[in-house]
Amino acid sequence: MQQVQSTKWMTHGEAGLTLFFTVAAFACAFAAAKALDAPFAFHASLAAVASGAAAFAIVNRYFDRPAAPPPQEINGKPNYNLGPIKFASFMAMFWGIAGFAVGLLIASQLAWPWLNFDLPWTSFGRLRPLHTSAVIFAFGGNVLIATSFYVVQRTCRARLAGDLAPWFVVLGYNFFILVAGTGYLLGVTQSKEYAEPEWYSDLWLTIVWVVYLLVFLATILKRKEPHIFVANWFYLAFIVTIAVLHLGNNPALPVSVFGSKSYIAWGGVQDAMFQWWYGHNAVGFFLTAGFLAIMYYFIPKRAERPIYSYRLSIIHFWALIFLYIWAGPHHLHYTALPDWAQTLGMTFSIMLWMPSWGGMINGLMTLSGAWDKLRTDPVLRMMVVSVAFYGMSTFEGPMMSIKVVNSLSHYTDWTIGHVHSGALGWVGFVSFGALYCLVPWLWGRKQLYSLKLVNWHFWISTIGIVLYISAMWVSGILQGLMWRAYTSLGFLEYSFIETVEAMHPFYIIRAAGGALFLIGSLIMAYNLWMTVRVGEVEVTTPLALQPAE
Amino acid sequence: MSFWTRHQIFEKNSIILIAGILVVIAIGGLVEITPLFYLKSTIEVVDGVRPYTPLELAGRNIYVREGCYLCHSQMIRPLRDEVERYGHFSLAAESMYDHPFQWGSKRTGPDLARVGTKYSDEWHVTHLINPRAIVPQSVMPGYPFLAKTELDPEAIADHLKTNRAVGVPYNEEQIANAVADLKAQADPDNAGTDAFAKRYPKAVIRNFDGKSGAPTEMDALVAYLQMLGTLVDFKLYNEKANLR
Repeated sequence: MQQVQSTKWMTHGEAGLTLFFTVAAFACAFAAAKALDAPFAFHASLAAVASGAAAFAIVNRYFDRPAAPPPQEINGKPNYNLGPIKFASFMAMFWGIAGFAVGLLIASQLAWPWLNFDLPWTSFGRLRPLHTSAVIFAFGGNVLIATSFYVVQRTCRARLAGDLAPWFVVLGYNFFILVAGTGYLLGVTQSKEYAEPEWYSDLWLTIVWVVYLLVFLATILKRKEPHIFVANWFYLAFIVTIAVLHLGNNPALPVSVFGSKSYIAWGGVQDAMFQWWYGHNAVGFFLTAGFLAIMYYFIPKRAERPIYSYRLSIIHFWALIFLYIWAGPHHLHYTALPDWAQTLGMTFSIMLWMPSWGGMINGLMTLSGAWDKLRTDPVLRMMVVSVAFYGMSTFEGPMMSIKVVNSLSHYTDWTIGHVHSGALGWVGFVSFGALYCLVPWLWGRKQLYSLKLVNWHFWISTIGIVLYISAMWVSGILQGLMWRAYTSLGFLEYSFIETVEAMHPFYIIRAAGGALFLIGSLIMAYNLWMTVRVGEVEVTTPLALQPAE
Repeated sequence: MSFWTRHQIFEKNSIILIAGILVVIAIGGLVEITPLFYLKSTIEVVDGVRPYTPLELAGRNIYVREGCYLCHSQMIRPLRDEVERYGHFSLAAESMYDHPFQWGSKRTGPDLARVGTKYSDEWHVTHLINPRAIVPQSVMPGYPFLAKTELDPEAIADHLKTNRAVGVPYNEEQIANAVADLKAQADPDNAGTDAFAKRYPKAVIRNFDGKSGAPTEMDALVAYLQMLGTLVDFKLYNEKANLR
């Protein structure tokens, strides 16, 4: 022991990162002092404090850790790295509740506008990006990072690559969320939907994302299995494509390196095309490919059945990623984008229906011979219903991308309803299912605290989703029809404000649906918390993990 | 060797898998985006479209900051009801100097592409402070703080310079006089109004918020709203010359 202690050195990673964060702390403090606007000063101070804390934490960890790095294997079994996954799972639940709550608030603002309070940081225009980013990137992103780090280790039978790198990814990503989210409240936005964070947040995310890719790839490279598991193809496509989309959509020139405002390199019609190439593929690769990876691992695992068809998953994979990238222009039908681009977008959007349903079939048919489990296992039921919602919204999407349908649906709540049947039904439920599986595995618990509470969560949230999307279908189609209604004399029948007034009851129903969804997630958080706190400890293996395959 | 056996090269080699992914996802984007930069038919040739004045640009930044684009589109589609409700359908040329574009994706409120000159300045000021004072059924948030917040005129020259760097054709004179121009446009009694009018022909000079003193955020936002969609004179516009 003595000898080991005397040869303890900082690794290159520890020394390098300590130096990096120390320099970053001073640089950010300097930037805060020179800041041209208050939000930038706030963010630079935040970054300075976070960098200082990071440097301190690394040094502190160095003094506490044993001299030897953690072993790759213990007794011939991989020594999985679960710490960063636990953190990301916790943050996913935290941001999920925050994001759903803000969603409920802005839904209520549309029904009762006094809830805007006439203050800058509580008005709909600033809270809406906070809601979308909190649910997509904070909740969804943490679910994706947590599950991808778990799945890649289990399916490669290898410990996560890197020592500090996985922690850098989860902490760095959540710091990005913090900066982006507080920025929206302070009016820092570049106004590109789902890509609102300003230039410095974008730069930071780029660094974090590259490290994420490297950790994921390096873990695959040291796998003990000859084949890369299907879920990992989808994770890889998600990580790589999001990097490409992020870089393509966000090049911007800051007015000053000490200020938050920047101007995007693209203008007008090209900017619109870049934006929806990004925007639709944020759906395609963040909210679809990433969560399909979850489907391909967690559903077979929970149902204890193999994937229905390996060949279908190969076709599903390539067809999906090839076709998705073309679909962006369907957000720009009948706009000043050239017709040829709109037609391409529509054509590929319709074709996209096929691989989407191929994937849905692959997920659902995995239940072959295990359908009875839906009666007894509400977690599996949640994930299966999520795939059904996936099927529904991937039929609705291609339909709405047809130009004549889009002429009615575009600019209305129908789009909002469509997004939420995918987001609440598909992404939400498959994430909840994955977290319900993951938390007992990570904390070494025999099972969840209460399956009964999962059942309550399932039904309350399902009713919430049904209220939400049916309210939006009715309000969207109603408003679309009212806008184009003519009197017998050939005049427009309704003024715009009459169509706004007609939305009121549906906005209340929608808010009620959102409230139910939020209540469901609170039940879930309690259930997971109690699982970790008082759940029965799994005793069969010292690693507290069952062998995966 | 069957297709399924050949495919194993992707299943067993992560670098080849990544290369495959990159190639497959690159095609759609390249085909749809690249031509927009060189096909001349993408952006119409139109008279009248000019870069924003410094005050309008400041107003546009407030429009972006407050997330107005989340409820208001600026893109009129060539559909009968839209053209009758809002005016001539939007041209690509009308947003060619927009960094970023503000076409929007949702109409919780009406389209604003041609809202300019439709209402008086006073209407806008009252409406922005409390929308329900004018339209009782409105669900728009109130923005009373805009009228109380003064603009910081000094920074605007850097904003024009940055816009020029990303392709907006501001000239040297416009950049050098940006601060003076910003103040002049919001104050008809300002000594610099003539010089401003020369640099931005047809731009409107008014005390937009109706209050004396330094220009406020309300001045800037109303100046921006009042110029939206007014640059192209559609009585003179030749649609046939620009068929897409």
